[in-house]
Amino acid sequence: METATMLPEVTAAGVIIKAVLILAVIAAIAGFGTYIERKVLAFMQRRLGPQHVGPFGLLQLAADGIKLFTKEDIIPQHANKIIFAVAPVITAATAFIALAAVPVFPDFTIPLLDIYVPSIASDVNVGILFVLGMMAAGLYGPLLAGMAQANKWGIIGSARTAIQFLSYEVVTGLSILAPIMMVGSLSFVDFNNYQADGTWIVVYQPVAFVLFLIAGYAETNRTPFDLLEHEAEIVSGYVTEYSGMRWGLFFIGEYANMITIGVIASIVFLGGYNDFWIFPGWLMIIAKIAFSFFFMLWVRAAWPHIRPDQLMWLCWKVLMPLAVVNVVITGIVMMIVG
Amino acid sequence: MSLEQFKNRNVGTQNYVKLDLDHTPTSGWCQFKQVVKRTFKPELFVGLWVTLREMINALFRGKMHTTQYPFEKLPISPRYRAIHDMLRLLESGHYRCIGCGLCEKICIANCITMETRYDENQRKEVSEYTINFGRCIFCGYCAEVCPELAIVHGQRYETASEQRASFSLFEDMLTPIDQLNLQQEYQGFGAVSPNADENIKKTPLAY
Repeated sequence: METATMLPEVTAAGVIIKAVLILAVIAAIAGFGTYIERKVLAFMQRRLGPQHVGPFGLLQLAADGIKLFTKEDIIPQHANKIIFAVAPVITAATAFIALAAVPVFPDFTIPLLDIYVPSIASDVNVGILFVLGMMAAGLYGPLLAGMAQANKWGIIGSARTAIQFLSYEVVTGLSILAPIMMVGSLSFVDFNNYQADGTWIVVYQPVAFVLFLIAGYAETNRTPFDLLEHEAEIVSGYVTEYSGMRWGLFFIGEYANMITIGVIASIVFLGGYNDFWIFPGWLMIIAKIAFSFFFMLWVRAAWPHIRPDQLMWLCWKVLMPLAVVNVVITGIVMMIVG
Repeated sequence: MSLEQFKNRNVGTQNYVKLDLDHTPTSGWCQFKQVVKRTFKPELFVGLWVTLREMINALFRGKMHTTQYPFEKLPISPRYRAIHDMLRLLESGHYRCIGCGLCEKICIANCITMETRYDENQRKEVSEYTINFGRCIFCGYCAEVCPELAIVHGQRYETASEQRASFSLFEDMLTPIDQLNLQQEYQGFGAVSPNADENIKKTPLAY
């Protein structure tokens, strides 16, 4: 929070308001995301999706919330009770902490109170590093959850968490390294300003963009790499023994992470919140994040799961070498051009 | 809905596409070529396009596949064997049943019970008729054996009820007299064939 004072007019009140805003809005969007996901998947399979609770099934979200809150909170007999209880909190908390260093909404000033609310809760100058590190720390949620619940499916789920998250952390880091080299900064604001002339980084770094998306899907546990809780193989993986709101916390965390990946992809590769043609910046960033979210659902409807061994093959034999080659070529080109 | 539609068992479009599978790669170079080909073939995008096309079809071209069951129902075959109907004569409105008892005799589940008596005109009259739907296996023998096409199978397949008796009395199954003009002939088991008129011959009385 000290670093937030780098911008002169940011006050503690503004940062707190921003933090509450992020928590409230992202938690609501994360819940709303489950509704969107069910609707979009249903439409892509020519079904109707939820539609009986409220207009167009919009209140399904409330019904699910009531169900999750009132469900019995079961802790298995042989589980490690403390770790079992803490694990979902780790997932949700790391997901929201990662959002602290991400510019989510445009900055604005509350009119009467004259409080400036910044676009980033905390503009740390190593923003990307902080976000990636926080998302990597999120791996402890599924890992501890699976190991604490005394269930073989949970153990398999947590083992898969370890290999999948750790492996794809490498690809995320290496793929995003090339844009970092180009911009020469780890701050999201610098990334945004770098693309202010209208040329998106994805034009220079298409390979890095694709690699980052693939790795991002693996780290948010989205469908082509949805191996942590793959129902067809390992009942529910690391959430097998969870019920009620503890289970719900995992999903709020997962959806918050999906939004974070969307934000990073939008800012680092897709031009950030710069104005585009006649569209203002805030609309552009929301449109980009929304499309990124939609693309995750689209991919889930279109593509099948892959096996764990294929996942490892893809990571270490294809994506990691590609990312390294991309970094090397970027370096050489930068040396020649710049 | 005509019968022919239900008789066609070939449900698909019949436009089968045969998979054009390549040969298994023999050498390392062939494997490499296969990997390159698979990498740069836009098959993943074909998958994306198919799902998007289906979404557009469902949302904007009215090809949503869901039947919202309690509110809308799919048509069923006229040969469907659900809860029985007792039909009436169209001319007089009297029930067709002549009390012959064949359905009771042939019922292999022993679920039909009927009692008859002679009325004042010395005609058989049905005084008691019930079907125990807890036992009925909906085999259709009663409809087949009925010489008058009086007992037939209807289309009421939603048979959840608090009491069996809400279906099984003669009056419940009988066509309501005010809906006689809506009475449908049964097309199924035991019904008169469409070309029945051509098959009628004079009874040979030569002996």
